[in-house]
Amino acid sequence: MIEAHALTKRYGERTAVTELSFTVRPGVVTGFLGPNGAGKSTTMRMILGLDAPTSGWVRVNGKEYARHRAPLYEVGAMLEARAVHTGRSAYHHLLALAATTGIPRRRVEEVIDIVGLREVAHKRAGGFSLGMGQRLGIASALLGDPATLVLDEPVNGLDPEGIRWIRTLLKDLAAQGRTVLLSSHLMSEMALTAEHLVVIGRGRLMADMTVADFVKGAGGSVRVRTDEADRLRRLLAAPGVAVTSERSEVLEVTGLSSDRIGRTAADAGIALAELTPQQASLEEAFMEMTRDAVEYQAPVREREGQPA
Amino acid sequence: MSTTMSAATAGGGTPPRPGRARQGEVTQLRVLHSEWIKLRSLRSTFATLIVAVVALVGLGALFSGFVAGHWDHMTAREQAAFRPGMTSLRGYFLAQLAVGVLGVLVVSGEYATGMIRATFAAVPGRLPVLWAKAGLFAAVTWLLMTAGSLMAFLLGQALLSGRHLGASLGDPGEIRQVMGVGLYLTVVGLLGVALGALLRNTAGGIAAVFGLLLVVPVLAQALPASWGDHVDQWLPSTAGQSVMALHREAHTLAPWTGFAVFCGYAAVALAGAAVLLRRRDA
Repeated sequence: MIEAHALTKRYGERTAVTELSFTVRPGVVTGFLGPNGAGKSTTMRMILGLDAPTSGWVRVNGKEYARHRAPLYEVGAMLEARAVHTGRSAYHHLLALAATTGIPRRRVEEVIDIVGLREVAHKRAGGFSLGMGQRLGIASALLGDPATLVLDEPVNGLDPEGIRWIRTLLKDLAAQGRTVLLSSHLMSEMALTAEHLVVIGRGRLMADMTVADFVKGAGGSVRVRTDEADRLRRLLAAPGVAVTSERSEVLEVTGLSSDRIGRTAADAGIALAELTPQQASLEEAFMEMTRDAVEYQAPVREREGQPA
Repeated sequence: MSTTMSAATAGGGTPPRPGRARQGEVTQLRVLHSEWIKLRSLRSTFATLIVAVVALVGLGALFSGFVAGHWDHMTAREQAAFRPGMTSLRGYFLAQLAVGVLGVLVVSGEYATGMIRATFAAVPGRLPVLWAKAGLFAAVTWLLMTAGSLMAFLLGQALLSGRHLGASLGDPGEIRQVMGVGLYLTVVGLLGVALGALLRNTAGGIAAVFGLLLVVPVLAQALPASWGDHVDQWLPSTAGQSVMALHREAHTLAPWTGFAVFCGYAAVALAGAAVLLRRRDA
């Protein structure tokens, strides 16, 4: 459980995080979403007691992080970039962290196997690829078998196989009753991994809701392809449901989840050739929500001849 | 995942505690162990310490051998100024570069790579990390540099004894001189650790250490002699080096007084580092 209350961080004139309040609950993967520079890393550093809040507070498992006597057992963290000395091997990096709290060597070997770094464990971390560095970061987060995990951009730099691996790992960890918070600037990634979302922009809270609600709010559409489009269209008709069609066998449905559409079709014995939630609309909703909050934005030129 | 992790359910008042029993409190001893693993798992540690010992022993032998070979060609004044003990230990001047740099790197290396955030996340109290780094580095430096100093002295005197110029450890003050080299270098290392922690930057830390030890005394010489003589003896390097002086000269502090002053500088720097370490964002 992570609770932030009116968390604010100022660096001189610049305010990185403003009056941020949210709760990250155990049992589900919570995505911490925002454009680059939104204050995600700052917030995560405050969760871990690395940066002190200017005002407000944040507690992990009921206490400020720094007050935990055995922090690695409470919270496993993977911080932005690589918090690893480049001259040291992965094995010794983990061994040194483990030693601070008496975690046995056996557990170090265990997490090396969990993240699949066995073959390179004794090589200098400076020579690691981005993906290997991410795996090492995850290994250090898992060392104390903690009830809470805080991961900053964990999929960054992973190959598709690695991304799938971490998605499964995080869902498993959450299913075991742990609190899992991971940050990302990619909405599409979050839609696949997280169940709950905390969205921030320019250091302010923009949304704190389930991914399902976010999708609903975004008016996410579902693309359906079937030979019996007309029949399905009639079956789906209901208040709050909009169905459009550009080609005779393809429907764009808003207001219904793909699960519901699939079931309706199955009940009616309609064969579907395609049933696809449109992720693009999700990404658009996120961009729409954070548009004003994007710190660095390429200027968009008005197209000539287009009325303002 | 391991099957020992029970599928604790969400919801209850207490946070889930999957996995093994844990008594994993962070203690000073454990942090010391952690820092020991860090220190010995970096190649730069060994490289730098070997350079320091080689500089200490090698230069001592070189100077001693040179004097032994050229004694007859030296002027009476040079012969009168000759100190067998210090000649064999002169390598400390180079060794202090290696020790000072490594002292800075022990801390600044973690800032440069981002490791410091992992370190402070594991030890949120932070101060145990500083004490462990300082204590450990001091112990390692003292052991190696005292051994190196002894080797340099014995080798140098052996080379000089052919000419019957050599001193012996039994001579008055010689043991203090030999031990003094180890102690001086240890405090140089501590100064490095402290300045590395204060400045959090390798280049800045190294510049600060050697600015203090090598440049400040030169600047002090620019002062009028009536001032300079009084100021110079209190400067870190001059005060620290008085522990190695066989004979006390005018305008120098007594050996142990000087060394205490030098330790005082390092203590102040460490205290400053401790205060800022607690206060600053990592």
